[in-house]
Amino acid sequence: MTDERIGVYVCRCGTNIAGVVDVDEVVRWAGESLAERGVVHAAASNFMCSTVGQETIENDIKEKGLTRLVVAACSPHLHEKTFRTACERAGLNPYLMDMVSIREHVSWVHVDKEAATHKAKAVIAGGVSRVAWHEELEPLEVPIHASTLIVGGGIAGIQAALEIADSGQQVYLVEREPSVGGHMAQFDKTFPTLDCSACILTPKMADIGVHPNVDLLTWSEVEDVDGYVGNFTVMVRKKARGIDESLCTGCGICEEKCPKKVVDEVFEAGLGYRKAIYTPFPQAVPNLPVIDKENCTYYDTGKCKACEKFCPTEAIRFEQEDEMLEIEVGNIILATGYDLFDARRIPQYGYGRLANVFTSLEFERMCNAAGPTNGSIVLRDGATAPQSVAIIHCVGSRDRNHNNYCSAICCMASLKFAHLVKERVPEADVFEFYIDMRTAFKDYDEFYQRVLEEDVHFIRGRVAEVTDAARLEGEEGKLIVQAEDTLIGKQRRIPVDMVVLSSGLQARHDAKEVAKLFGISCSADEWFIEKHPKLDPVATMTEGIFIAGCAQGPKDIPASVSQGAAAAARVLGRIQQGEIALEPVRASVIEEKCSGCRICNLLCPFSAITFDDVEMITEINAALCQGCGTCVAGCPSGAITGTQFSDQQVMAQLEGLLSLNGHERIAVQTSEPAAV
Amino acid sequence: MIAPEVQEKTAPPEWDIKTHTFLNEVEEATVGETNLRNCIQCGTCGGSCPSASDMEFTPRQLFRLIASGDKATVLSANTFWYCVSCYFCTVRCPQEIHITDIMYTLKRMAIREGFFEESSASEAPDFSETFLDFVENYGRSFELGLATRYHLRHHPLGAMKLAPMGLGLLRRGRIDLTPHRIDGIKGFKSILRKARELGGTV
Amino acid sequence: MKYSYYPGCSLERNAQSYHESIMAIAPQLGLSLAEIDDWNCCGATEVITVDKMAAFALAGRNLALAAKQFANGRVELVAPCSACYLNLRKTDKVLMETSDLSEKINTALAEGNLSYTPGSVRARHLLQVISDDLGLEQVAEIVTQPLAGLRIAPYYGCMVVRPEFSDSEDNPEYPVALDNLLAVVGAEVVDFPVKAHCCGGHMTQISEPTALEMIRRLLKNASDYQSDAIVTLCPMCQLNLDAFQQSVNRHFGTEYNIPVLYFTQVMGLAFGISPEELGFGSEFVSAKPLLKKIGKKPPKKPKAKKRKKEALPMPGTLERR
Repeated sequence: MTDERIGVYVCRCGTNIAGVVDVDEVVRWAGESLAERGVVHAAASNFMCSTVGQETIENDIKEKGLTRLVVAACSPHLHEKTFRTACERAGLNPYLMDMVSIREHVSWVHVDKEAATHKAKAVIAGGVSRVAWHEELEPLEVPIHASTLIVGGGIAGIQAALEIADSGQQVYLVEREPSVGGHMAQFDKTFPTLDCSACILTPKMADIGVHPNVDLLTWSEVEDVDGYVGNFTVMVRKKARGIDESLCTGCGICEEKCPKKVVDEVFEAGLGYRKAIYTPFPQAVPNLPVIDKENCTYYDTGKCKACEKFCPTEAIRFEQEDEMLEIEVGNIILATGYDLFDARRIPQYGYGRLANVFTSLEFERMCNAAGPTNGSIVLRDGATAPQSVAIIHCVGSRDRNHNNYCSAICCMASLKFAHLVKERVPEADVFEFYIDMRTAFKDYDEFYQRVLEEDVHFIRGRVAEVTDAARLEGEEGKLIVQAEDTLIGKQRRIPVDMVVLSSGLQARHDAKEVAKLFGISCSADEWFIEKHPKLDPVATMTEGIFIAGCAQGPKDIPASVSQGAAAAARVLGRIQQGEIALEPVRASVIEEKCSGCRICNLLCPFSAITFDDVEMITEINAALCQGCGTCVAGCPSGAITGTQFSDQQVMAQLEGLLSLNGHERIAVQTSEPAAV
Repeated sequence: MIAPEVQEKTAPPEWDIKTHTFLNEVEEATVGETNLRNCIQCGTCGGSCPSASDMEFTPRQLFRLIASGDKATVLSANTFWYCVSCYFCTVRCPQEIHITDIMYTLKRMAIREGFFEESSASEAPDFSETFLDFVENYGRSFELGLATRYHLRHHPLGAMKLAPMGLGLLRRGRIDLTPHRIDGIKGFKSILRKARELGGTV
Repeated sequence: MKYSYYPGCSLERNAQSYHESIMAIAPQLGLSLAEIDDWNCCGATEVITVDKMAAFALAGRNLALAAKQFANGRVELVAPCSACYLNLRKTDKVLMETSDLSEKINTALAEGNLSYTPGSVRARHLLQVISDDLGLEQVAEIVTQPLAGLRIAPYYGCMVVRPEFSDSEDNPEYPVALDNLLAVVGAEVVDFPVKAHCCGGHMTQISEPTALEMIRRLLKNASDYQSDAIVTLCPMCQLNLDAFQQSVNRHFGTEYNIPVLYFTQVMGLAFGISPEELGFGSEFVSAKPLLKKIGKKPPKKPKAKKRKKEALPMPGTLERR
C-alpha cells in the first residue's frame, strides 16, 4: 500500500492501440482494481501525445494533486521525453512518471483482443507498482569542452572541420594518411556535373591547411579514448614522418632523388609507383613528405640516405620517433570513409589474373591527369588505347555471397566511366552491363540520358564471367565478357579489350576496432550504426560521438558533405550550450555492501567502473555510466543499485505484471529501462 | 464484354501471379530453402550456363515463368534437360537460389506429369529411368545395357554410330558385357521400394 | 592413415586405370583404403532426376554400410569419383538438416536391416585427402622421378569444387589444390582458365552436339595453352575428354591429340611406379608419346618479355601473388 496518488493515462493512439486493446475497459479496470495500489485517477485519450492530451495531464497533476504518473501508450523511445516534460511543466519531477508500452509490446504484436486487453492490464499494473518506488531525480549537468576531434580527413571530415573552425571553435583533424583528401582526391571527374574532383576539393583542403582553428594531424592515428560527452581525453599517435616539419619547404627534391620505387597501393590504387619518401599527390595538404620505413633502404640496410644528402634545408630526421599527444575535446566526429571491395574475391571476373581487368579506383587514377598515365586511357601495357571497353556493375554488391547491400554510387560512377572513355577514345565501343540503373538524385537520371545519347551500349545482365579462353572466332586475344542479355533472353559473349569493374564500397577493414575504441557499434556489415536511420543519421547511441560520410554507409559526395555539415551543426549546438544534461539513470555502489570482489569491474561496456585501491571498493563514474544495468545484475552482494531500476522497482513491476495470473496466453515482459 | 481469346492471351486463367501455386509446389518439392522468391532476374544463371545457347528458355526466364504460374510452358521446356549440374549458377547466384536442385525438381515434375513428352528433349527422361531400372535390379549401374537400350529405343541409327566407341571401350577393357549384381540385392530392393513409397510424388 | 573406401561403379571397369593407380600409390602414401562391403551405385545424376527419395536411399545405404563396417568414431570415407563424392556428401548434409527426411530414409534403410545417423560418415574426395590430410610435403618426399618438362593442365571438372557443401577451402571458381599437387610432382602446371568448367556429363547421350561443344572448349583451351596432357580427378570427365576426343575432332574439324590421365597415374609416375601398374594403355588418346617425354631435359623456358617502362603494375590474385 502506498500513500502516493497515481494517475493512469491510457492512449488509444487512434486505432493503433484501440483497434486491439479495449481501452475503455482497461481504464475502468485501472480505476477500480488498481485503487488499492494507489491509483486515484484513470483516463483515456485518443492521442495522449497531442497538446490536448498533454494539457490534460498537466491540469490533472495540479488539480488532482497527483504524485506519480503512469502513461500507457507507445514505446518510451518515442514519447517518454514528451510526458516527462509535461510533468515538469506541471511542477512534478519528470522521473516520477513511468511510461509503459501497450502498443509495441501489446497491440502491435497480438491479434487476440481479449488476451491483448488482459496483457495491457498486466503491463499497466506493473507500471503502477513500479512507479510508487520512483524517486525524484535531477539530470547530471556536465560542461562541454569547446574543442572537437574529427577523425578522418576525407570530404566529410573536411566539411565538418571547416564548419566548426569557421564558427570560431577549435578542431583537431586526425588523418592516418600523409595528406587529407580521402578517396575524393583520387578521382578524376565527379558525377553528374563532371567537375574535376581535385579542383573542387583542393580549395577546401587548402583552407584546412592554413585555418587558425584547425590543428591538422596527418600521418596520425587515435590510440585511446577516455572520458564521456563533453570531456573526452584522446591519445593520438603522431607517427614519425622522418622529417623536421619546421624546416621542410615541400620542394620535393628528396622524392626525386630517392632510388627506391615501390607500387603505391593506397593513393594510386596499385596502378602506379611512388618512392620510399613521398607525398601522395602534388596538391597534398600538408605538403610534407613521409618516409615509408618498411620500404626505405636506410631503415633496411643502413645505406643510401640520398634524401638527406640532397635536402636543401637539412630537414631529414631518420631517428625521429612517433609522438604521443594527449588532447582534450568535448565532441568527436568519426568520418573515416570506406574501403573498396577486393575484386580478387570474385575470380571469375579475372581481376589480378587478366592484365586488362581494372577496378573502379584504378580506372579513376588512370583518367586523372596527374595519375600514372597522365589521363590517357590505356591497357595494362601502359601504351595501347583500348578499342572496346566493358564496364561491369555490382561487383561484390547486391550479392549474398559477398556484400548484400547496394553500394549506391556505382551506377553513376559506371556511367561516368562510359562517358570518359567516349571522351578520350571516341572510336571505342563501350558496353555497360547492369542489373538495374540506380540514378536517383538531382540531375542523375539526366546524366544517364546523356550517356545514352553518347551511343554507349547497355546490356541488362549481370556478368557471369570475364575470360580469355577463346571459344569462337573473333575472341582470340580479347577479354570475353559472358552474360545473359536478359531483355532478349540470350547468352552473349562480347569480346573487348578492357574491362572496368565497378567494385562495391565496404566498411574500412578496421571499422570494428575503431568502433570499439570510441565506444560505438557497427552493424553486421560493419558500417557505424547511427542513432536512428531515418531521423538521426549522424548521431550515435554514445553521447558526444557523431558519424559522417561513408563510415555510416555508402553514399555520394553531396550526401557526405551534408552529413559532415550536420554533424558539425550538432557539435556546435552542444558547444554553444556549454553544458549538457545527462540522464540521471545511473548505477551507484552501496559502499557498505561492496566486498571488493571486482566482478563488476570487467562487466562495464562503457568503462565507467573503477576500483579504489585505498578504500578497496568499486566506484562508478556517473557521467560515463549509461544505466545499462549489467553491473547491477552481476553483483553477487546486491551492492550496486540503479536509479530508475533499483531492486525494489524491478521487483514491484514483476509483481504487478504477474498479479493477473490465470490467463495462459500472457507473455511476461518487463518494461524497458528508461531510454539512455 | 472482353472477347475470350483476348482474355486468354493476356491472362490465361491458370496463371496465378497472386497465389503462386506452382511456385509453392516447386519449392516444396525441393529439399531445403530454395530462395526462389528472391530472384531479382539479374541473369547470372543464364550468363553462366554452359549449355544456355541450346535452351529454349534460360534458367532466369524459367524462374519468371514459374513465379507467374505458367506450369505447362515450364514443364515442357527443354531447359532443365540440358542442365549438366555444373553448379556454376548456384555458386554465383547473388540471391543464393539453389538453382541446380530446382532443375532436378523440374525434371521430376515433368516426368510425373507427363509434360516431357511435349518438350524437344522428350527422350532425356528415359535415359535416367533406364539407368535407375538397372540400378534397381542389380544394385550397380550397367553402362552397356543403358546405352544399348536407350539408343536403340530412341535413335536406332544413331546407335550404330556409337558402335565404334563401344568396341573401343570393349577393347580397352573399359566396359562390362554383363551386369554385376550386389550380394544384398534383396535388402537393397526393399530399401528402394520403401523409399519410393515414402517419397510421395516428387 | 586409414580410410573407408567407396570406389563407385566407374572405377570397377570404365575407370579401372584410376582404381589401379590409386591402389599402386596408396602404400607409398601410407593410405590404407578399406573398401565398403557390398556397396551399391550412388545414383550419379540420374536417379535424382526421377525420384529424390530413391537417390537419398542409394547414398544412404552406402553411408550406413560404411558406418556399420568401420564403427569407431567418425568414419572418413574416401570417394575418388566426383559424382559419388557429391552424392554421398550432399545426402549426409540433407539428412542432417532435414529431420523428417532422415526419419523416412532410416525407415527405408530398416527394410534392409540398416540405419544411419546423419553426420557419422564424412565423405571426402581423394584429392582432398591427399592435399589436406596427407599434405604436399609428404607427397614431395616420395617423389623420386619428378616429371620434368611435362606441361600438365589440371582439370577439376565441376562437382568436386562446387557446390559449397564441400569441406574444401579451395575457391569454387579458381581452385588450386590439384595445381599445387602437380607442381610438387615436378610437372609444369598449366594454369588454363577453364580448369573448373563442366565437361558436359551425360550430355553426350542426351544431346551429343551440346556435349561435344563443351568438350571442345576444354580441349581448345588446354591446347591453346600448349598442354602436353590433361589430368583429371573424375571418371566422367576422363571419359568425355578422352573417349570423345576423336568425335570432337570429327565434328569440328580439329586435330586435338591430348592424352587425358588421372592425377593418381601421374603421381605414380613421379613415384617411380611402372606405367603398366598404373593402368596406362586403356586410354583412347595414347599416352605413349608422353611417357617417352618424361625424364628428358626440360625445354628452354620462353624468354620473359622485357617489361616496358610505361607498363602498369599488376595486382596478382589472392591465391598466388
